[in-house]
Amino acid sequence: MKLLKGKWASITVPLLSVALGLLVGGIIMLVSGYNPIVAYAALFNGIFSNTYVLGETVRQMTPLILSGLAVAFAFRTGLFNIGVEGQLLVGWLASVYVGLQFEGLSPIVHIPLAIIAAALAGAIWAFVPGFLKAKYQVHEVITTIMMNYVALHVVNAIIRTYLLAPGERTDQINASASLQSPFLESITDFSRLHYGFVVAIIGAIIMWFLLWKTTTGYELRSVGFNKYASEYAGINVQRNIVLSMVISGAFAGIAGAMEGLGTYGYMTVMADFTGVGFDGIAVALLGANGALGVVLASALFGGLKIGALNMQSVAQVPTQLVEIVIAMIIFFVASSYLIHWISNRVSKRGKI
Amino acid sequence: MEYVIEMRNIRKEFPGIVANDNITLQLRKGEIHALLGENGAGKSTLMNVLFGLYQPEKGEIHVRGNKVNITDPNVANELGIGMVHQHFMLVEKFTVTENIILGNEPTAKGQVDVKKAAKDVAAISKQYGLSVDPNAKIEDISVGMQQRVEILKTLYRGADILIFDEPTAVLTPQEIKELITIMKKLISEGKSIILITHKLKEIMEVSDRCTVIRRGVGIGTVNVAETNQDELASMMVGREVNFSIQKTPSEPSNETLEISSLVVEDARKVPVVNGMNLSVRAGEIVGIAGVDGNGQSELIEAITGLRKAKSGSIKLNGKDVTNWKPRRVTESGIGHIPQDRHKHGLVLDFSIGENMVLQTYYKRPFSRNGILNFSTIMDKAKSLIKEYDVRTPSEMTPARALSGGNQQKAIIAREIDRSPNLLIAAQPTRGLDVGAIEFIHSKLVEERDKGKAVLLISFELEEIMNVSDRIAVIYEGKIVAIVKPEETTEQELGLLMAGAKRKKAGETT
Repeated sequence: MKLLKGKWASITVPLLSVALGLLVGGIIMLVSGYNPIVAYAALFNGIFSNTYVLGETVRQMTPLILSGLAVAFAFRTGLFNIGVEGQLLVGWLASVYVGLQFEGLSPIVHIPLAIIAAALAGAIWAFVPGFLKAKYQVHEVITTIMMNYVALHVVNAIIRTYLLAPGERTDQINASASLQSPFLESITDFSRLHYGFVVAIIGAIIMWFLLWKTTTGYELRSVGFNKYASEYAGINVQRNIVLSMVISGAFAGIAGAMEGLGTYGYMTVMADFTGVGFDGIAVALLGANGALGVVLASALFGGLKIGALNMQSVAQVPTQLVEIVIAMIIFFVASSYLIHWISNRVSKRGKI
Repeated sequence: MEYVIEMRNIRKEFPGIVANDNITLQLRKGEIHALLGENGAGKSTLMNVLFGLYQPEKGEIHVRGNKVNITDPNVANELGIGMVHQHFMLVEKFTVTENIILGNEPTAKGQVDVKKAAKDVAAISKQYGLSVDPNAKIEDISVGMQQRVEILKTLYRGADILIFDEPTAVLTPQEIKELITIMKKLISEGKSIILITHKLKEIMEVSDRCTVIRRGVGIGTVNVAETNQDELASMMVGREVNFSIQKTPSEPSNETLEISSLVVEDARKVPVVNGMNLSVRAGEIVGIAGVDGNGQSELIEAITGLRKAKSGSIKLNGKDVTNWKPRRVTESGIGHIPQDRHKHGLVLDFSIGENMVLQTYYKRPFSRNGILNFSTIMDKAKSLIKEYDVRTPSEMTPARALSGGNQQKAIIAREIDRSPNLLIAAQPTRGLDVGAIEFIHSKLVEERDKGKAVLLISFELEEIMNVSDRIAVIYEGKIVAIVKPEETTEQELGLLMAGAKRKKAGETT
């Protein structure tokens, strides 16, 4: 039980939560008349059995990593960015716009340009709540949620008005901006795997480096922990709040670019949110707001989502059950307090 | 003799540290038993063991002759042990009565029986002479009264063994007197008291016996009547302690800090610093004496750039630094030991190493082109930890894990190491033990002797008298008198602090 406390807690709590989440999911399957062993075997096969599902899992992971990084980054500065979804949407649109508008560019120029556009769009979208928080102490949870709706409808309106192609979507972006790769597709049995995962991994490294190795990261973390001491130390608290939101928004915007330049190559008129931005909150939580943790948590979530498809076709278990399992995992991570409490009780009893 | 509480050979370990080793504490019925030790000596750990918050690795606890296992605070409550915490555990928005009955509400027909509660509270408060207004909200009453509410809470739950954790740390001298009366009254009503403190004066005044612990080890128990402050201090610290500060007369030179007609408003737009004039010269310690709330905090905040001055000017070595940003002020040569070390002084979740470079992290050699150089930072921290005797497992330990005295030493190390021309020390020894106080005072004098200007703000007259070369008395945002410590007395200062001169001048009689 010592493992649940101290420095190991950020590893053991998520692992235990995953196990408990799977267990509760299994119980629900049993109650609903499904065989959990068959279902989980199908789920497992659906993640690892062939290169196609592996490729799909990695593709699913890519935007999740970036949106998880966005949430985690803001959180390290004491901010709760619920607006990753909206920042992701504007990033997606910006990347597609750049992908459509420029012709004849080399991919070496065009792809970074589109990604930077997405990062900028996300950053601008996150700047608004950051500025309001820093200047007028408006709570960022409220403003970021509201900005999500603004993003959804503004993006749809822009597509409808300026970029509409047949099928309630934009045109396909120019090949020079595309992250799609016939090579990656061919080695993964024609999954939709694209080069975006490289971008996501670079993103994770950047977050780690920025936060832990630079003076900017020192300031951001300091403000997150104690803004009074930061002010005393001469750190500009307001500037760092805005900066944190802007960087977080940039990660979210790039998450959108992964969809726009990678998976789809276009953007549709959205009936609803993608959910990737909200999953980012769960990923960050499960990954203990660390760069590596976010990557691992994204792998789990991506895997579960792709595996759920196989679970449905082989074991006839509805994919919603995987949603429940994911929800349960989050529940257990969030209630790690409860786990600590139980482990304390047990260890006390054990001694007496 | 029967003991109401007997803790025998208690040992409590934390990873990497033995907090309590072989400590024995025996509390007689009807006595006030002081538990004395430096910050971080293990007093709180021992009491948390008694209160059921920690389980000891070794040792036995006997309550009224019976061996007990105190597994959590509820068990302690059932055994009649009550704790009056240093940081009050009160609901600000609730009334005194509501706070007292909280968790133990008398009910009638499923509702809280307010009448019975009020009657019970009134009865207890009368019995023990604890005057409180049962209907006042906690946020509206004084700190002293809040503490009485805490005491009433334990009595309401039927405690007859009371643990007072540093009860005087937050009180004014007048409130301390009242508390001592209350404690004596409690004893006469048959209660027993453990008093955790490091203030020797109080021990001599109020307690019957005293158990001393040093660095987690029980040193012994003495009868207070048969000992004196010096003996207690050396038992606690492990060596002779100098109570009076060794210093030569000051040799002040040019003016380092010059404040003229300064006006600073607080959050409610009240001018709490109201036309202040003050100067501090290089090579002297100026102590600001005054009752809390007469503009001291706002004055410091204005000097250090944390609060805007409304009008007037602040000059440092002749340069106008009024309303500069904190970083610019820091860089221009001001060091600041803040009043609230947890709020302003430290980022508690940062390591000690990271805290040591709080104002210098962006400069060489601690960083280069925006990239931190952790090995240099940690080397710096290591040398400061050694030089200032900060007791910490390592420089990577979070500041939160250190005791108050060691946190303060870390701040002092950081501030003095920057070698500022003006060092502002706001209540630098609050809540610290004699050993740490001695150390900090000697450091302030050392800075003075190096030709630095030191501005000391303290609510403890003894400290002001001992350390300062000149004393400036602050009252309602103005310096009302400047005196030399050798030419005044605590009584006179006390009168000045209460605005005596002004009243005399204003009155016609």
